[in-house]
Amino acid sequence: MSTAFEHPTYNYKVVRQFAIMTVVWGIVGMSLGVILAAQLVWPQLNLGLPWTSFGRLRPLHTNAVIFAFGGSALMATSYYVVQRTCQTRLISDKLAAFTFWGWQAVIISAIITLPLGLTTSKEYAELEWPINILIAVVWISYAIVFLGTVKQRKTPHIYVANWFYAAFILTVAVLHVVNNLAIPVSAFKSYSIYAGAIDAMVQWWWGHNAVGFFLTAGFLGMMYYFVPKQAERPVYSYRLSIVHFWALITIYMWAGAHHLHYTALPDWAQSLGMVMSIILLAPSWGGMINGMMTLSGAWHKLRTDPTLRFLVVALSFYGMSTFEGPMMAIKTVNALSHYTDWTIGHVHSGALGWVAMISIGSMYHLIPRLFGGTEMYSVKLIAVHFWLSTIGTVLYIAAMWVNGILQGLMWRAVNPDGTLMYTFIESVEASGPGYIVRWVGGLFWVVGMLIMAYNVYMTVKRSEAERNAIPQAA
Amino acid sequence: MDMGTFRGITTLLILIAFIGIVAWAYSKRRKKDFDEAANLPFADDDEMPNRDQASRTEADSRHDRGDKNR
Repeated sequence: MSTAFEHPTYNYKVVRQFAIMTVVWGIVGMSLGVILAAQLVWPQLNLGLPWTSFGRLRPLHTNAVIFAFGGSALMATSYYVVQRTCQTRLISDKLAAFTFWGWQAVIISAIITLPLGLTTSKEYAELEWPINILIAVVWISYAIVFLGTVKQRKTPHIYVANWFYAAFILTVAVLHVVNNLAIPVSAFKSYSIYAGAIDAMVQWWWGHNAVGFFLTAGFLGMMYYFVPKQAERPVYSYRLSIVHFWALITIYMWAGAHHLHYTALPDWAQSLGMVMSIILLAPSWGGMINGMMTLSGAWHKLRTDPTLRFLVVALSFYGMSTFEGPMMAIKTVNALSHYTDWTIGHVHSGALGWVAMISIGSMYHLIPRLFGGTEMYSVKLIAVHFWLSTIGTVLYIAAMWVNGILQGLMWRAVNPDGTLMYTFIESVEASGPGYIVRWVGGLFWVVGMLIMAYNVYMTVKRSEAERNAIPQAA
Repeated sequence: MDMGTFRGITTLLILIAFIGIVAWAYSKRRKKDFDEAANLPFADDDEMPNRDQASRTEADSRHDRGDKNR
């Protein structure tokens, strides 16, 4: 990449690197998702090989979309936002570069080890111990760069987005280290120091806080900067944002037990997880309303600005999935929904509707500015991408709702004599049409991401051409 | 102290903490600081040549009206 776009004050190089990799890993991770969706319709697509089987590619998909795509988006935007709202350069260019290359090394390690079947078998924490140590080192470096930059700010206040980013970075550091404590027995095999119900509780304390802090707090940081920026007006209520912050981070910590309803976990812990999950609705919606209302008086901008549409629809999906989540955490609802496709639908209404759409909207704001412009190469293509993503998400989650409720009802249906009415395979067969619709929804998403990649490529190329045309003064 | 009392006390403490945060966030004294902070994303605008100045003033006044605690 040319150095012609260097900002006089800020380190945009690392932001550009992460922004480009956000698009690349988005395509890789979502394509893996589409392959897995297709395998569920046509099982022979696993090619009969261990490396391409569902069980090995599935963690690769989740790691690629959450940590590679989502992680790159979070690091790109957090480095950009912290510099611009603190009006100072990152404290160390070298350490920032290390976080970029270190994070890419983690992702490459995942791409190699997971298909080989090297796994801790902990969900969303599958990577083996040597990689976990690398993650810890990179993550602590990230914390140093981010918090050090906040510390040397030139502004009197710490903008609320930075509070969310800081909470996300610190909490993920603690969660990652605690959950991955293990005893290595060989270079690629370790055993968790936890056992039984405690292992399950620690795992879902991590698992749900990966959702709460990695996929929520971090992306709320994004929301608090990019929604006001793109709407060209300050956030609706800064005061609400403070209450939102403290309430959200306090309550999220306690919700993980809802992943373990009706298991060996003590009943009181299950009930606590359920109650805290229901309470979580309040701060979640507080934040969603704060983001939405930022547009009050500027709703007309949605007609002409597809980037803003990405950001606002992301907030709508956020509101929807943070209503659905507490509802599914209620034990009686969970009795129907757990272990069914409803859970997968819920995850994707959050992951595609909220996380991916807020990231993509932020990227469409960020990328032209990183390359010396204010607009993407084609606004029309952003609009096309927006519709592909929205329709794709709706297809996906609608299919999974239908499948999930269908499966839940079939599994619990009993004959008058108390025997089960359906075999498991009958519920799989009944899920077939839903799996096809989900695969189509995923295809919409990948096509949208490819259009984004083209748009980004043309934006970079255009600004390079413009730069070369003008003789540089300095 | 039995478990029930302990739970009661922690619940009360958390309630007080929450009310404290709300009172602090919505106190009149903090208003100026928060308004400044809310405008930080726009403090170093070097890349929005076509930014609509009217919408900003409008946004500020809307922000004031939205503030019910004055």
